[in-house]
Amino acid sequence: MDFAMSAEAEAFRAEVRQFLAEHVDAETIAAGRDGTIHSPALHRAIAERGWLSGAVPAELGGGGMDPMELCVLVEELQLHQAPADALGVAVVAVSMILEHGGEHLRTAVAPRIMAGEALACLGYSEPESGSDVAAARTRAERRGDHWIINGAKMWTTLAHVADYVVLLTRTDPDAPKHRGLTFFVAPLDAAGIEIRPVETMGNERSNATFYDNVVLGDEWRLGEVNDGWAVMKTALKYERGIAGGQFPSPPVIEAAIDWARGARRADGASLIDDDEVRHKLVRAAIDVEVCRSFAYHTAALASDGAMFGVEGSMTKLFASESYKKHCAWFFDMMGAHGLLTGDDPDAHRDGLIEEHYRHAPVTAIYGGTSEINRNLVAESWLGLPRSR
Amino acid sequence: MRQVVRTRYSEDQQAVAEAFGELFAREASTEAVRAAEAGCGFDAGLWRTLAAAGAPGMAVAADFGGGGASLVDLAVVVYEWGRRIAPVPLVEHAVCARLLAAVGGDSQRDLVAAVAAGELIATLAPGPLDSGGVARLVPAGAVADVVVARRAGDVVVAQSQPASRARPNTADLPLADRDLSDAQTVASGAGAEDAWKRALSEWKALMAVAYAGLASEVLYMGVDYTKQRHQFGVPVGSFQAVQHGLADAATRTEGARLLAFRAVCALEAEQTRRSDGARLASMALLFGAESARFAADRVLQYHGGYGYSAEYDVQLYYRRAAGWLLQLGDPSAEIARLAHTDLGLKATEAA
Repeated sequence: MDFAMSAEAEAFRAEVRQFLAEHVDAETIAAGRDGTIHSPALHRAIAERGWLSGAVPAELGGGGMDPMELCVLVEELQLHQAPADALGVAVVAVSMILEHGGEHLRTAVAPRIMAGEALACLGYSEPESGSDVAAARTRAERRGDHWIINGAKMWTTLAHVADYVVLLTRTDPDAPKHRGLTFFVAPLDAAGIEIRPVETMGNERSNATFYDNVVLGDEWRLGEVNDGWAVMKTALKYERGIAGGQFPSPPVIEAAIDWARGARRADGASLIDDDEVRHKLVRAAIDVEVCRSFAYHTAALASDGAMFGVEGSMTKLFASESYKKHCAWFFDMMGAHGLLTGDDPDAHRDGLIEEHYRHAPVTAIYGGTSEINRNLVAESWLGLPRSR
Repeated sequence: MRQVVRTRYSEDQQAVAEAFGELFAREASTEAVRAAEAGCGFDAGLWRTLAAAGAPGMAVAADFGGGGASLVDLAVVVYEWGRRIAPVPLVEHAVCARLLAAVGGDSQRDLVAAVAAGELIATLAPGPLDSGGVARLVPAGAVADVVVARRAGDVVVAQSQPASRARPNTADLPLADRDLSDAQTVASGAGAEDAWKRALSEWKALMAVAYAGLASEVLYMGVDYTKQRHQFGVPVGSFQAVQHGLADAATRTEGARLLAFRAVCALEAEQTRRSDGARLASMALLFGAESARFAADRVLQYHGGYGYSAEYDVQLYYRRAAGWLLQLGDPSAEIARLAHTDLGLKATEAA
C-alpha cells in the first residue's frame, strides 16, 4: 500500500496548477456567479490541452488519461474553484456516444464536443421523475425513418449554452419501465425545443426543457431501441472518474479562517482563539482528508482496472454531507454579518461562505441523492435486504 | 520500481491479514475478551501465541532481533487485532519496541531483543510524569515490564515488575500508574524529541487502523443481527431508517480505514521522503475514534434492549471505542495541536 502520488502524477499536478494560474483568475471565478458555472474560454483551453479527450477511455478512442492524473486534474479544478461544470458532462456524453452511437453521432458530434467546440447537457430527469430516472415519460415515436419527441425534461443544466442534449425517452410505454427506454442526442436548435430557466436558491441557473413534436432522424438515436437502460448504466460508469464534488469545502474553510482572524467575540477575544471555532476548523480539515483518501482510493481502483461502484457512492455521500455541515458551521460562526450576500459591499470575501451555504444543499441531491447512495451502501456494501 | 498509488493490500499483506485474522478469531473470541475483563484486561496465553508468531517485534529491524517488516505490514496485523478487540497491548508494545530500537542502540541491545521477541512487554506513557516521577494511567501499565516515558526532554526507560492490577475503567483496559522515578535516560536532545514524537505518531496511526477494524467488526455484528431479528413480521434490517444509519456508519468506517492506512503509509514513507505522516496520524486517530463510536452507537441502538445487555457483544466494542482514544489524554488537546500544526494557527493569535 502507498497513498502517495508518483513523481509523474505530482509533475502533472504542477502542470495543472500552472495552467490554472494562467486560466482561472478572480474574474473567471466571479463569472461563474452569474449562475452558469461554465467559462467558454476555460473549457476550450482544457480541451486544447487534451484533458477533455484525455478523460475519455482509450478503448473508446479517447486519450485514456491515467486515472490518478485524472483524479489530480479534478482535484485541482475544484480546489481552484474553476467554473468547469461542462467538463464532466462533455466527457460523459462523448463516452456514451463513442460506446453506443452510430456513424453520425460518432463523426459529426463526438469530435466537436471532445474539441471543446460544442457543449452537451444531460436530459434524464423529468418533472415527475428524479431519482426514479427509469420512470421517464418523454415519448419518442417512430414515424418511418425518423422520430417524433414529445415531453419535458427538468434540471437540464447548461441547456441554454449547450449544443446538444442527451435525451432519455420512452419508446415502448407497454414494456416494463426499464425495458422501454431509448436514448437520443438531440441538437438543441431543433424546431420544437423550448428552454426555460429554472432559478435556484443557490443562484445557479438550471433549465426545464420542453419537446413539442421535435423531429429527429434515426441518426440521432444513441444505442439500440428499447435498450436505453443499458446505455444509462454505462453513463453512470463514465461519470465516476470526472464527476468531481470531492473537494467543495477547502475554499469555505480558508475563508472561515480569514474571517475568524479578523473578528472578535462579544467579550473582545479574537474569534480565531476560540476553542469551538478551532475545533470546527480542524474537524472540517479532517473531513477534507477523508474525502481525499476516498478520491485517491477510487482512482487507484480504476488504475488497477477494477470497477468500483459503491465506493463512488460513499465518496459522494460523505463529501456532500460534510460540505453541508461545514457551510452551516462557518455561516453560523459569522453571525449577522454572515447573512450579507455578495451584493453587499461589506460582505466578507464577496459573500463566499453565504453563497456556499445556499449552494451546498444541491450537492446532496444532484448526481444521486444522499438517500439513494445510502440505499446503495446498505444493499451493495452491507448486503442488507432491498428496501423501498 | 515506479511508485504508484496502491490502496489495497499486496498479495503478501493479504496472506498476513488472513493468517492473523484466523489467529485472532480463534484465540481472541469474545469469550476470551470477557475472561480477560475478569482479570486486568490481558490474556497471557494470547500474548505467548502472538510472540510465537513473531507479531510483537515484526516491525523491529532484523539487526535488533525483529522481523524487519514495515509499519504498513504491522498495520495489517493491527487491523485484525482491532477487529477482535484482542486483550493484549499489541500497539503500545510494537511502537515501543521500534522506539527502543531507534534510541537505545547498542547500549540497550539485550533489552530491545527481549522486547522484540515479546519476552518482555513494553509500553509508553504518553502523558507527563507527576512531581513524584509517577506516570498516571499508563496504557498497558498493569502488564508491561518496560515503560518508556518522556522526562524533561529526555526519553527514559524503566524496567520493573508490573502490578498485574488495573485501575477499574470503562473499557477494561490494563491501565495502571507506574513509578518511573528510577527510570534511566536513553536519549536526550533533539534526537529524543524526534524519536518520541515519531513513536506517538505511530501509536496514533496504528490505533486509527485498529479503530477501523473495531468499527468494521461491530458494523457486521449489526448487519448480522438486523438481518436475523424480525419485528412487525420483517427483518429489522429491511427498515430504511436502520439501513441508512448503518450506511452512514459504513461510509465513515471506510473513510476511517482509508485515512488510517494513508497515515501509516505516510509515516513509513517519512524514512525516505518528505511526508505529512504526523498530521495524518493525528487526524486519522480522531476520525477513527469518532467513526468507531458512531458505528458502535448505531449498532447498539439497532440491537434494541439486547444491545444494552451485558450478554450481547456490542457493549464490549462500545466501551473500547470510547476508551482507546482517551488513553492518549484529552482529545481536545489533540485537536488543539492540529489547529496549531495543520491550520497554522498560533497558540493565541490575539493582537
